Amino acid sequence: MIKNKTMNSIQQIFQKNDKNLLSIFFTAGFPKLDATKEIIEELGENGVDFIEVGLPYSDPLADGPTIQHSSSVALRNGMNLDVVFNQLQEIKKKNTTPLVLMGYVNQIIKYGEDAFCEKVVACGIDTIIIPDLPMVEYENHYQTLFKKYGITNVFLITPQTSEDRIRKIDSLTEGFIYMVASSSITGAKGEISTQQIDYFERIKAMNLQSKLIIGFGISDNETFTKACEYGNGAIIGSAFIKSLDKNGVEGIGSFVKSIVS
Amino acid sequence: MKFNPDKNGYYGQFGGSFIPELLYPNAKELEDNYIRIIESEAFQKEYKALLKDYVGRPSPLYLAKRLSEKYGATIYLKREDLNHTGAHKVNNTIGQILIARELGKTQIIAETGAGQHGVATATVCALMGLECTVFMGEKDIERQAPNVARMKMLGAKVVPATSGSKTLKDATNEAIRYWIQNPEAYYLIGSVVGMHPYPDMVTRLQAIISEEMKWQLKEHTGKENPDTIIACVGGGSNAAGAFYHYLEDEEVELIAVEAAGLGVDSGESAATSQLGEVGVIHGSKTILMQDEYGQIVEPYSISAGLDYPGVGPLHAHLFETKRARFMNATDKEALTAAYELTRLEGIIPALETAHALAVLPKMDLKSDQTIIINLSGRGDKDLATFIKHLEE
Repeated sequence: MIKNKTMNSIQQIFQKNDKNLLSIFFTAGFPKLDATKEIIEELGENGVDFIEVGLPYSDPLADGPTIQHSSSVALRNGMNLDVVFNQLQEIKKKNTTPLVLMGYVNQIIKYGEDAFCEKVVACGIDTIIIPDLPMVEYENHYQTLFKKYGITNVFLITPQTSEDRIRKIDSLTEGFIYMVASSSITGAKGEISTQQIDYFERIKAMNLQSKLIIGFGISDNETFTKACEYGNGAIIGSAFIKSLDKNGVEGIGSFVKSIVS
Repeated sequence: MKFNPDKNGYYGQFGGSFIPELLYPNAKELEDNYIRIIESEAFQKEYKALLKDYVGRPSPLYLAKRLSEKYGATIYLKREDLNHTGAHKVNNTIGQILIARELGKTQIIAETGAGQHGVATATVCALMGLECTVFMGEKDIERQAPNVARMKMLGAKVVPATSGSKTLKDATNEAIRYWIQNPEAYYLIGSVVGMHPYPDMVTRLQAIISEEMKWQLKEHTGKENPDTIIACVGGGSNAAGAFYHYLEDEEVELIAVEAAGLGVDSGESAATSQLGEVGVIHGSKTILMQDEYGQIVEPYSISAGLDYPGVGPLHAHLFETKRARFMNATDKEALTAAYELTRLEGIIPALETAHALAVLPKMDLKSDQTIIINLSGRGDKDLATFIKHLEE
């Protein structure tokens, strides 16, 4: 529990509802440079609980082919941090769905760590996910930096993360832990195996103070529903990007309905 | 030793371990064990025996008389080109395969650029009877066909990296992605790059080069230390090995030679120290070629082994602290130097190595100066390129 602190935007969601939360990830600048606003509006109108905005990166180590492809397209479209920050600042007033930024650590270093944080705050965002920022680097440096700007860092856990380490991550977490569903990069497909269920149950039984949002390999109603039995919600990325690629922004409503129906 | 990394894998501000949580247990297992294994008597005995009887070490330190005459200095060549598989790369793969075996790993993965590390990995996997998968950029597969054939003959599976720019950095990305999905595999990195502890582990395994240089030069001249050591740098493993035992001997000038491609300012270059800025690549904070938004830029060099957009964190530190002097050579200068060595000494060097030779005409050499050039590999694999330019 968080004491004597203002809750971040995601914690405020959890306070209203902490079951079956749906988060959608998309890559900013895909399929078109200026699609960001429309995608966020559509997702919000269709009841998505919070949205992850991916900052396209040239070398996304943790991402599978779908998100890699969307990143390449976005970069070719001319997307960069200044463009996305401008877009997000513009929609800030109207948008009521909390946004989470997801990017790689090199983008932050190059942009300037303080400059990056200032922009994040200016966009009304208070939660970020950096898949290649490990706990030791966070504790040694980024924790202080993010605190200064009131930014919450989301940690990932995986089937290989030890119990001790999960406890430590739990103690550093304000809001939710991103529970990676399997040993995979994003978009690795398929059903949820019994092995994964064992892992979900093991984590659930730890009674962590943090909420658990499950991601990587969640793609449809079946996998979403299953994930929500063990976590507080789930994140869908690659499947959404595939749908965007095929059906465009017009298809967002039916995609979301296909997940939560 | 003050040039070893700290417990988090940092050389000054460079290094560390910027990896997805999925890789943490793998990196941690290695971090917790590599020094213990390398320093164990059993490892040292087997490593040294294989280096001697299988690789053919010690590699000779050869006084290149005609080259010396031409440049008016005393120039020795450390003949890593005479190693089994044709380059220094095998020093590292022999060591890491023993570490992998000690850790109980049976499946080996590796990335390769020019294919030398891929061949060296496929070789030790054949030697140990272990399964081997090598990731190689689609473009590199085309330009290094002989090494692809060698890897296949050795029983390795060669997987084309088709993402990004389809060269070494993408092959490394693909190897890391595969490792994330197959955490039971052992990732045998070929240079002093990547997340901690790889830069230090590979440096220690390549340090045999400078360990031998010390006693060999003493045999030749009565002194352990030359005035200058020159080595080419892509990721930087042959340079790390050639410099290691001299790092604290501040009177020894260390020269790292990067590939300038068509020229440092041509937009087609791989001179990372000149064109890069602080950033993170493949889990390591280092100097990196990138655009203003931190997107990694694809470097260019005629040599597939030098076109890496980063440089190992040890080298970034040597550059920043000015312990090493960074020079560079263009494609053309490297080709000229390769021909020169071939005609003067009867040694065809690898294109990578030719970059180290190519700085000789740019240096202000003194007649009593003793230089060791690390002749990191032989040029058989580059014959097609050499022949093409011979005809021009």
